[in-house]
Amino acid sequence: MTTLLQQIANGIALGATIGLIALGYTMVYGIIQLINFAHGEVFMVGAFGGLAVHRWLLPEAWQGDWYISLPLMIVGGVVVAVTIALIMERFAYRPLRNAPRLAPLITALGVSIVLQEAIRIWFPNAESAQAYPKAFIDAQVDLGPVSISASKLLIIVVSVALSVGLQLYVTKSRMGRAMRATAQDRDTARLMGVNPDRVIVLTFLIGAALAGVAGVLYGVDITNVDNAIGFQNGIFAFTAAVLGGIGSLRGAVIGAFIIGLIKTLGGQYMPGGTQYDYVWIFVVLIFVLVFRPQGLFGEAERVRA
Amino acid sequence: MKASALVAAGALLLTACGTNKTESGGTAGGGNANCDTSKGTLVVGVIAPLSGELSALGLGIKNSADLAVREANDKCAVPGYKIALDAQDDQKNPQQGAQAATKLSQDDNLLGVVGTLNSSVSLAVAPILSQNKIVQVSPANTSDSLTKGEDLNAPKRQFPTYFRTCTVDSLQGPFAADFLVGEQSKKKIAIVTDGLTYGEGLAAEFAKKAEALGAQIVTRQKIGEKDTDFSSVIAAIKPSAPDALYFGGQYPQAGPMSKQLKDAGLDIPVMGGDGIFDDKFMSLGGKDGDYATSVGAPTDSLESAKTFIEAYNKAGFQDGYSAYGAFSYDATNAIIGAAVTTINGGEWSTDKREDLVASVAKYNAQGATGAITFDEFGDSTNKVLTVYSVSGGEWVPAKTGTYEG
Repeated sequence: MTTLLQQIANGIALGATIGLIALGYTMVYGIIQLINFAHGEVFMVGAFGGLAVHRWLLPEAWQGDWYISLPLMIVGGVVVAVTIALIMERFAYRPLRNAPRLAPLITALGVSIVLQEAIRIWFPNAESAQAYPKAFIDAQVDLGPVSISASKLLIIVVSVALSVGLQLYVTKSRMGRAMRATAQDRDTARLMGVNPDRVIVLTFLIGAALAGVAGVLYGVDITNVDNAIGFQNGIFAFTAAVLGGIGSLRGAVIGAFIIGLIKTLGGQYMPGGTQYDYVWIFVVLIFVLVFRPQGLFGEAERVRA
Repeated sequence: MKASALVAAGALLLTACGTNKTESGGTAGGGNANCDTSKGTLVVGVIAPLSGELSALGLGIKNSADLAVREANDKCAVPGYKIALDAQDDQKNPQQGAQAATKLSQDDNLLGVVGTLNSSVSLAVAPILSQNKIVQVSPANTSDSLTKGEDLNAPKRQFPTYFRTCTVDSLQGPFAADFLVGEQSKKKIAIVTDGLTYGEGLAAEFAKKAEALGAQIVTRQKIGEKDTDFSSVIAAIKPSAPDALYFGGQYPQAGPMSKQLKDAGLDIPVMGGDGIFDDKFMSLGGKDGDYATSVGAPTDSLESAKTFIEAYNKAGFQDGYSAYGAFSYDATNAIIGAAVTTINGGEWSTDKREDLVASVAKYNAQGATGAITFDEFGDSTNKVLTVYSVSGGEWVPAKTGTYEG
C-alpha cells in the first residue's frame, strides 16, 4: 500500500513537469496546427538559462538563500526560453506559415537539433551532464506513509497553479478571446480586428515561459541537467498533448498526469518492471487513439469551408 | 655554457612542437628532427567518445595515445617512419564507431587502432577492422563476449585482430562481490542496470558470485539509458530494504541515482564498475561510502606508471588521463612496438597487417600498468583490480588485488 501511494506521488510529480511542457505543445498546435517538436528543447534551454544565472550572475552571498536564488533562476530560465522561442517563431516558422504543413514540421525537428548542439558546443562543459544547484529546501516531506521531496511538491503546486491561471487567462481575458478566435478561424479573426501575428507570438511566448519554469524546477529537483533532457521530456509532453486531445489545455495537463501515473505504476506492477515502463505509456496512447482519435478532450477535426 | 644553451634550445624546440601538436589535435608529427623519416608517415588510429557525456574518458584515451606517439617519434622508434595519430569521435554510438572504423581502414598507412571505450561500440568496430586485418587494441572494453563469445564455458575467439589491455567483466563483477559481500558483509543487494552490453554483463557476473557467497539479490530493476529521474525505480526498490545497491551502468546515471536514493531515505552504498569510476560521479551526486571497481592498480600508486604520469602532466593536455589513460598508453605502445618488429627496417605495406597482428599477439613488454602480454583470446594477462571508495568527495583506493576466481 505504501509503495502504491509512493508511486502515485512520484507519478503526479512527473506528470506536473510534463504538463507544463505539454501546454506549450497543445497551445501552438491549437493556434497554427504546428507540432513544434523543438518545444522540448525550449524546456532544456530554460533549464540551462537558470543554471547560467546561478553560475555567473548571482553573487555568492545570495546563492545559499533559495528564496532569492530560485526566483532569479526562474526569471533567467524564462527569459532565455522566451527569447529562443521568439527567435525560432520569427525566423524558422513565420516564413513557412503558408507552406505545406510538412515543411514547418521538418523545420521544427531541425531547430530541435540546432538547440541541442548549440548548448553542447557553447555552454561551458555542457558536452556532459552538469550538476544543478539545489536552490530549494533540500528535505523530504512526509505525508502519511508517502515521502516526497520538497522540490517535487513545489513542481506540483507551481504546475497546477500555472495551468489553472492559463485556463482562466484563455477563457476570460481579451487576449485569450483573441487566441481562441484565431484558433477557430484565422481569417475571420483577422476580419474582426484580431492581429494573428501578435496572437501567435503571444502563444509561443506563454508556452516558452511555462517550459522555462518547468526547466528550472526540473533542474532543481533532479540536480543535474544535460542537453538531452529536452528530447526525453518533450516526447512525454507531446504524447500527453495527443492523449489529452491536442489543442485542449485541460487535455494536455490531464494527459500529462495520466502519463506520469502510467509510467510509475506500470514500472512497479506490470510485467517487465521499470525496463518496460515506456511501453505502457504508448500502449495506452494507442488504445485511446483507436477509440477516440481526437484524444480524451479534443474536438473532432472540423472540415474547413 | 655551450651545452646548457643547446639544452635550452632543445627544450624550446620541444615546447614548440608540443604547442603545435595540441593545436592541430595531435595529428601533426613533430618529435625529434634528427629521425630518419624518409619512408613517410604511419598512422595509429584512435576511436573513442571525444564528445558527449563520456568525453572525459575518451579524451584521456586519445591524449594518452597521443603521448605514446610523441614519445615514439622522439625516440625514432620506427626506423624511417614518422608516426601520426588519427583520432575519430564515436560519440559512444556503435553506428558512429563503425563509420570511424571504415574511414580509418581506408588509410593504407594505418598500423592499428586504439579503442574503443564502450564494449557496445567495439561490437560494431571489431568486425570491420577484422575484415581488413587491422589490429585493434582496446584500453577499456570489459565485455567478455568481445574475446570469448557469448558462452564463457565454451570460449571461442571472436576477432583474430582484437586485443585489450584492461581486465574483463567476468573478473570485475566477482571481484566487486568478494568485496561487498565478503568483506563489507552486505547480504541484501538490489541490482539496477541500464540495459547496455556493459552494464548487463557486469551485473550478471556480480550477481552470480554474490549469490554464491550467500547474499540475496532482493530486486533487479532496469532504467532507460537517458533516464534522470529515478524516483519510481527507487520506490520500487525501497520495500525490499536492501543494504547495498549494485549498479551496472555509467556515472551519468549512477551519480544522480546515489543522491536520489539518499534523498528518498535509502542511505545505502552504491557500487559499480569502472564505468562509474570518474570524478564526475561525485559532482552528479555520488556520496561518501559509494564504491567502484576499476581495472588495474591505481595508476598513481604504480611504480611503472610514474614515468607515464610525469610525461602526461608535462605534455600539457587540457584534460586528465582519466580511468583508461595508462591502458591506452600501453595499447598504443603495443601497436608501435609490434610495428617495429614487423617492419624490421623494411617497408610498410598493407600486406604486413597480418604479421602485425601476430606481433601484437606475441608482444611482451613492461608498460605503465604492468607487464603487457595477451592470452590466446586477446585478453590481457594482467588480472589486477582495485576497489575504490568515495571519501571526502574523492575516489580513494580501498583494496587492490589479483582476481584468482
